[in-house]
Amino acid sequence: MTNLKTDAAYELFEGLIRGSRPHLSRAISYVENGAPGAAELLSHAYKARKGAMLTGVTGSPGVGKSTLVDGIVSELRKAGHTVGVIAVDPSSPFTGGAILGDRVRMRQGHSLDQGVFFRSLATRGHLGGLSRHTGDVVALLDAFGFDHIVIETVGAGQSEVDIMRYAHTVVVALAPGLGDDMQAIKAGILEIGDVFCVNKADLPGAERTRRDIEMMLAMREPGGWTPPVVSSVAVAGKGLEGLVGEVLRHQTYLVSSGLLRERNRGSSTAVLEEYLHLLTVGKVMESASRDGSLDAALDDLVEGKSGPMEMAERLLRRYRE
Amino acid sequence: MSGKIRVLVGKPGLDGHDRGAKVIARAYRDAGMEVIYTGLHRTPEELARMAVEEDVDVVALSILSGAHGTLIPRFVDCFRKEKGTAQLDVLVLAGGIIPEEDIPALKAAGVDEVFGPGTSTQVIVDFTRSHLKRPVA
Ligand code: B12
Ligand SMILES: Nc1nc2c(ncn2[C@@H]2O[C@H](COP(=O)(O)OP(=O)(O)O)[C@@H](O)[C@H]2O)c(=O)[nH]1
Ligand SMILES: [Mg+2]
Repeated sequence: MTNLKTDAAYELFEGLIRGSRPHLSRAISYVENGAPGAAELLSHAYKARKGAMLTGVTGSPGVGKSTLVDGIVSELRKAGHTVGVIAVDPSSPFTGGAILGDRVRMRQGHSLDQGVFFRSLATRGHLGGLSRHTGDVVALLDAFGFDHIVIETVGAGQSEVDIMRYAHTVVVALAPGLGDDMQAIKAGILEIGDVFCVNKADLPGAERTRRDIEMMLAMREPGGWTPPVVSSVAVAGKGLEGLVGEVLRHQTYLVSSGLLRERNRGSSTAVLEEYLHLLTVGKVMESASRDGSLDAALDDLVEGKSGPMEMAERLLRRYRE
Repeated sequence: MSGKIRVLVGKPGLDGHDRGAKVIARAYRDAGMEVIYTGLHRTPEELARMAVEEDVDVVALSILSGAHGTLIPRFVDCFRKEKGTAQLDVLVLAGGIIPEEDIPALKAAGVDEVFGPGTSTQVIVDFTRSHLKRPVA
């Protein structure tokens, strides 16, 4: 049986595999919105992935992530790689709207380069610094054929650990004078970095920030990959070659050490969990809200007539019947 | 799960007036839409590529430099080329300082509506919502 809506989604897949950018960009919207046929489109895309290398850039708002990404793209292009970029910004919790402003920093002419594709995503309520469909969008860009995919996270600081599950290499960007850097370090952002970049090295205090990180890194367990610390002035294009050099060196290390496969299993786990969540929690909530049992359950919870664990079990049982 | 309306708010050409663009961007965000702000000094070619890559439903161009007569038609041409279709499936709006007598030519070039100084953002948001050219994905 043919399904018109699904056919539209399949056409998008065929288009993007052919190298059509409008098809790729429409496919991303389908996936983000869960449009009819998006699941089939994705299952084709996941199978058509070509093995792009994934680099995440994270760090507090204003450290210069977007400006760095612009420079990273330039360096990767110079090295002959094609690049897909995903930049994530937060949605307003009140209106659901968003202003996605990372393109403002893209000043090096990539917007006319056929070897670069840039897409802005809003978090749409998802926590952890990425959009819920980041993994899916990565799959679409990978199937399209980009050699490298660079993801810029929201930059919420503390809870930004999602990126570690998706990227092969995580660049943690810091800058002097932001005060909260040390807090970010304490909150665990230090553990997720494969490469550290002290940006805004033109500003006072950069040396100090660099020394602080080096000291914290020195306290790590020795062995394996030792995260390097590089300095940059992203607005002036300085230090980008060194940064990208370290990123590529880390990726070579992942391949030669066999850790690449482990990281890929990690990101597959993350994607799988997203879907299991959708298929279980999403379905249970949907059916409970349809037959009114969710409403009743919430009343009972608010009035203290039952506990959340007991209620969850009851809803699950009801769903299974 | 309902899709979001996506809007590219663009500043074409050598025009440093960005207050209006920012007012429009915030109004769309507050109306629950996702706004991609391009920043100043974009060429029509760049804006067309951005509009395609971001798969926007609306392109909102703000021009106060007087160069609308060349920049906007060029944007529309570039967008058609990027998209590979003759049909314009995106709502194209313009605003800023655009004299009344220039509006017919812009509309002939593919602009759907033009809004001048003092227009309430509610009017702009309502117009946008009710004139989308395609269903949101
Ligand atoms: C503030 C201002 C400036 C500020 C800009 C600050 C900034 N960051 O934006 C400064 C002082 C820097 C400036 C400089 C100049 N300016 Co000036 N400036 C103005 C002024 C007084 C107000 C503009 C403004 O911000 N309005 C407030 C915003 C909210 O309104 P708006 O942009 O019109 O937007 C509204 C609508 O138009 C609409 N809208 C706007 N865009 C869009 C887009 C879409 C899609 C939609 C739907 C709606 C929409 O919605 C908004 C809300 O209602 C105007 C005069 C005027 N009354 O408009 C002159 C004016 C725009 N400037 C002018 C000139 C000539 C200049 C300079 C060239 C002066 C000079 N000789 O140096 C420079 C050029 C600077 C540059 N690099 O481009 C002229 C332009 C003449 C023309 N186009 O024919 C004007 C009209 C003054 C005049 N009467 O001569 N300017
Ligand atoms: N002084 C200085 N400013 C920078 C540097 N890199 C970026 N910036 C500025 O820092 C601000 C925030 O940059 P952006 O890339 O948007 O940061 P993000 O929020 O982390 O993505 C912008 O005004 C940039 O121009 C740098 O190396 N030195
Ligand atoms: Mg940014």
